[in-house]
Amino acid sequence: MAGDSMAGDNMREGPAFDPAAIAMVETVPPEVSSLRAFWSAFSENRGAVLGLMVVAFIALLAIFAPWVAPHSPVEQFRQFVQQPPVWAGGSWQFPFGTDAVGRDVLSRLIYGARISLGIGLSVMVVSVALGIVLGLASAFMRGVVEVVVMRIMDVVVAIPSLVLAILVVAVLGPSLANTIIAVTVVYLPRYVRLVRAAAIAELSKEYVVAAQVAGVGKLRLMFVTVLPNCLAPLIVQAALGISDAILEAAALGFLGLGAQPPTPEWGAMLADSREFIRSAPWIVTLPGLAILVTVVAINLMGDGLRDALDPKLRRS
Amino acid sequence: MLKLFLRRVALTLPTFVALMFVTFVAVRLVPGDPIEVRTGERGISPERLAQFRHELGLDRPIWQQFLDYANGLLHGDFGVSIVTKTPVLNEFLILFPATLELAFCALVFAIVLGIPAGVLAAVKRGSIFDHTVMTAALAGYSMPIFWWGLLLIMFMSEYLGLTPVSGRMDLINYYFEPVTGFMLIDSLLSDQEGAFGAAVAHLILPSIVLGTIPLAVIARMTRSSMLEVLGEDYVRTARAKGLSPLRVVGLHALRNALIPVVTVIGLQTGTLLAGAVLTETIFAWPGVGKWLIESISRRDYPALQGGIMLISGIVILVNLIVDLLYVAINPRIRHGG
Repeated sequence: MAGDSMAGDNMREGPAFDPAAIAMVETVPPEVSSLRAFWSAFSENRGAVLGLMVVAFIALLAIFAPWVAPHSPVEQFRQFVQQPPVWAGGSWQFPFGTDAVGRDVLSRLIYGARISLGIGLSVMVVSVALGIVLGLASAFMRGVVEVVVMRIMDVVVAIPSLVLAILVVAVLGPSLANTIIAVTVVYLPRYVRLVRAAAIAELSKEYVVAAQVAGVGKLRLMFVTVLPNCLAPLIVQAALGISDAILEAAALGFLGLGAQPPTPEWGAMLADSREFIRSAPWIVTLPGLAILVTVVAINLMGDGLRDALDPKLRRS
Repeated sequence: MLKLFLRRVALTLPTFVALMFVTFVAVRLVPGDPIEVRTGERGISPERLAQFRHELGLDRPIWQQFLDYANGLLHGDFGVSIVTKTPVLNEFLILFPATLELAFCALVFAIVLGIPAGVLAAVKRGSIFDHTVMTAALAGYSMPIFWWGLLLIMFMSEYLGLTPVSGRMDLINYYFEPVTGFMLIDSLLSDQEGAFGAAVAHLILPSIVLGTIPLAVIARMTRSSMLEVLGEDYVRTARAKGLSPLRVVGLHALRNALIPVVTVIGLQTGTLLAGAVLTETIFAWPGVGKWLIESISRRDYPALQGGIMLISGIVILVNLIVDLLYVAINPRIRHGG
């Protein structure tokens, strides 16, 4: 440990001077520690709770899709092509109707939740992880690292989101995995910038100086001392980032640059449906509604998280 | 203040260089050798190949190729489209007015609706109107606009028959040479009866679709900025002086509340251009967004590269201008130095 030699010089201070212990005590983040306080603040916001419930419902559908969905998402019931949904004179065999090749729309929507939520979560996890590493690195190392990282982020931000995603897909080729990569590239800068700004703000605070004086190693300082105190805005951004990623991925799917058929991705389903605007409006309406409801629910939840976790932003 | 201006301008230069680098590298990573694309499947003799490579400058060191590319960009050379064999810049300039017209109308739609809605929601905070506006803004903000476009086509065009389904103009009934490239202006200049009306009718749905997200953002921003300003001392003073509520809200509060809103509006350029890709695809609008998507499916990489470079350059420039405007209109920065 880096503090060993110093600890020897300060023996008179006794066992209380243990750098690691000090670092531990100092780094307990005030907001995250009190889960109960957080929940009471979060549950005050009715919209947020509603959003959470809807998200939980969709997540459950996605997880248990094979048991919940009435049919396979790709099986074509050739004798039931373009069946209307049950409220428009269809049958209970296909509650949301069937599409142009006789696939069950409800089953495709349920399986589509897997894909959309999966993309949203993967993008969020990867970009938060990369954002933490790059953001902390530029905050701590400054100099060349910071300049290079932040200039690259500036470029990424300068290119309109969808155009950049299209460029990435053009390089890598259209597929579900490449959609995740493309959307991650698009949304990485906000996490890097956020972590960097928060870390720089923390760096000047006394507990960081204290930890440094105590001889805490650089990596420990970055990830154990400073990072927990940057988490609140990061969590908020991450939650809202899921909905943006879902929208972006659906847009790519719609343009034919995302998930490829017959994958039941919501955006790709919409792209297939365009010719049936006149004859089978439910094929157009339902996948978009699924996207909208999911994104609204996640945004409601994210707003609630922001109000509960980030008191600085809580106003109006 | 001039120093501040110059510093902001200087800060964008590295971004431009990096953008050149990104587009340069990206196109070299794209599958498909540029020579193969030119020669087709049959293949060519090694001598021809070497000659081609030399002509395209591909036999030179990579850093020199980059310098050539950057030099070309600075002289307005954005490459030549593989498909149409015309310079990318020319294609872009022909299509860009269509996108600009659409984006402009979308922004006007968003501003004209968004600012009053935000102001009213703030003034009547907690009312049904406020809740309605905020709910609508949430929905707008979360909207998959490609679906929104399809819904509007389904309802307005197919069901009610009010608006045309796609395109910029009713080409069967009207034809005129493009003068400015802006359909609204050209149709007026053409002196053909009904042409202007047709141009407007074609613009309505795409503008609504493209303007939806900016509308939601502007309404939210106006409301929160207005709420903040309404709590300030000078507004209370104005009220205490007995000024009419309209004067207090309209003159004292709104003027100050609009500063952040103007910035947000400026920063919507990127959103508008990204949204234009989807909107133009749905409505078969002949602008740069649709062209960009088509150049991917045609594997026209020079067009893709040049197009991305041009679009991003425009976004960087507009953001810079917004930044400078913000400095110019915000008294705190202006006088603070």
